[in-house]
Amino acid sequence: MTAPQKPNSFRNGPDETGHFGMFGGRFVAETLMPNILELEAAYEAAKADPEFERELRSYATHYVGRPSPLYYAERLTEHVRETAGAGQGAKIYLKRDELNHTGAHKVNNVLGQILLARRMGKKRIIAETGAGQHGVATATLCARFGLECIVYMGAVDVERQKPNVFRMEMLGATVVPCQSGSKTLKDAMNEALRDWVTNVETTFYCIGTVAGPHPYPAMVRDFQCVIGEEVRWQMQEAEGRGPDSLIAAIGGGSNAIGLFHPFLDDENVEIYGVEAAGRGIDTGEHAASITGGKPGVLHGNRTYLLMDGDGQITEAHSISAGLDYPGIGPEHSWLADVGRVTYTSATDKEALDAFQLMSKLEGIIPALEPSHAIAKAVEIAAGKPRDHIMVINLCGRGDKDIFTVAEHLRGGL
Amino acid sequence: MTARIDARFAKARAEGRAALVTYVMAGDPDPETALAVIRALPAAGADIIEVGLPFTDPMADGPAIQASGLRALKAGQDTAGTIDLVRRFRDGDAHTPIILMGYFNPIYQYGVERFLADAKAAGVDGLIVVDLPPEEDAELCLPALEAGLAFIRLATPTTDDKRLPAVLANTAGFVYYVSITGITGAATPDFGKVASAVERIKRHTDLPVVVGFGVKTGAHAAAIAQGADGVVVGTALVSALERSLVDGAAGPGTVEAVTGLVGELAAGVRSVAKG
Ligand SMILES: Cc1ncc(COP(=O)(O)O)c(C=O)c1O
Repeated sequence: MTAPQKPNSFRNGPDETGHFGMFGGRFVAETLMPNILELEAAYEAAKADPEFERELRSYATHYVGRPSPLYYAERLTEHVRETAGAGQGAKIYLKRDELNHTGAHKVNNVLGQILLARRMGKKRIIAETGAGQHGVATATLCARFGLECIVYMGAVDVERQKPNVFRMEMLGATVVPCQSGSKTLKDAMNEALRDWVTNVETTFYCIGTVAGPHPYPAMVRDFQCVIGEEVRWQMQEAEGRGPDSLIAAIGGGSNAIGLFHPFLDDENVEIYGVEAAGRGIDTGEHAASITGGKPGVLHGNRTYLLMDGDGQITEAHSISAGLDYPGIGPEHSWLADVGRVTYTSATDKEALDAFQLMSKLEGIIPALEPSHAIAKAVEIAAGKPRDHIMVINLCGRGDKDIFTVAEHLRGGL
Repeated sequence: MTARIDARFAKARAEGRAALVTYVMAGDPDPETALAVIRALPAAGADIIEVGLPFTDPMADGPAIQASGLRALKAGQDTAGTIDLVRRFRDGDAHTPIILMGYFNPIYQYGVERFLADAKAAGVDGLIVVDLPPEEDAELCLPALEAGLAFIRLATPTTDDKRLPAVLANTAGFVYYVSITGITGAATPDFGKVASAVERIKRHTDLPVVVGFGVKTGAHAAAIAQGADGVVVGTALVSALERSLVDGAAGPGTVEAVTGLVGELAAGVRSVAKG
């Protein structure tokens, strides 16, 4: 394998066959192929239609509540500066996508896909979910537009994310617990793909992250890019200039790519993705595909995956159900290989500490997923000068996680 | 390249009948029992054998084949072991075509070139890889053809006349028509629709067309054999094997559980005289 070439722009992918360098592609059963091609054509047509853009913006404003604030985290910044060396300690901003309707960035993508499903005349929507945030967002928009909604969720996740299961049911969705394999997100995705193969004519598969076969990684990214695009003008308003670094947690990678992508060609902007190191990378019990995996093929694309020597997919582990996936979106794999984005990881313990730190210092209870980003942000910010401006993607609120955190801190509520 | 496959279809045609294609999982419930099952298939009436390559995440398979793959993995089956299984089968049977069927990642990790060379040397005739549509031909299909292994493509109810030529372009050996939109072992197909789909495919190719997914009994096999050149049965056999297990391990009747059903299916196929 030759070293990947540095492209003229980091924002041109994927190519017409859905590849980011060697990653991505369309590794699906023939039954799905015509549907995937139909979806690609429908998405291209929607992108070119100003009416689609207008509709998307209108719902984003009035239903989701965009733009989300870009907020200067003054006390977190002070905290970092207390422990940093003289003149050190970056100025930290939070991109507050946890304030979106339904409590996470997931809704940005779901809104786009549901509007697309409506244009395609599909009335049955399926989705996979890990933490339940994507499931809740999908159930919400299906309720709003009167669409049938079936959400696949691993049985383990059904257990640890009960509030979200109840929410989805209140919203009229059917939640199907998946008993196969590790009973988490990857198995939910297998089940959703099996449903799609079976009901391919009537059904729209609303994937929750930048994974799956082409065109999903590109399409979901495009719908999430609103995060980074807002940061660009908001930072201009706040500071009269752009940010110096960006940092986000990575499960499949959708909140991260949404923040990163608009800045990929801004050479001076440092970009960090934080994977879940679970109980520690050396323990093998983690969900850090780039740090601890290798390239393979699963769920329709080639990307970094956790697997054994025979190519059997291994179980991921993270305290955060939303990061508990043995893969990562293919564009991240490519950005790692070409060196544009630095990928690091945070353990369960570090995330729990950051969860509490953010709650106490800023009065914002973050989800466990962005808590991974917060943990590494605090470390990285301590090594930067005071005029360095960093943005953390606070992509979800922690309401769904209070039971999990209470369990770890004091054995339950 | 497809000599063994061609000969088998020619033989069935000479006998005025369709061929019976049987699927079992390598290594289920353990490597030795799986070998014994596969060795017993031709005498029971199987013309062609598909050997499943176990994978943790078989996205086109139903619960029976998922469970079968997990039993095999638990018993230590891996890709090298599956190739070895074929080699040992081939030592005693020079004529029955063997098709490996599975998903791409284990092959990709084994290394495409090495896999093709080892599979060919072991006596494998063809490959069916569910998650490699024509759009990904460069990954395995084209190298396989170059290495002298047939790449057998799945055509499905969603493969329309516009797409069929692309699906058939690099197909060799035979075409596998998936009778339903769905996963293995789910619904029983509408036999009338299957017959017209087979006719449609035959307008595009001279290759034999076999039909699988949802075939469970001799009567189903007979219904499919009316129009198709072959009938594929997988889930029903894997389920028969599962029912024969004692505490998850091979039981005294495991081989016979599979061969008994194969006998019934073979009789179903043979009950339909073809011109
Ligand atoms: C709040 C939150 N952040 C992050 C994720 C991980 O997904 P992604 O990496 O696609 O943003 C999830 C997934 O459920 C989530 O709920």
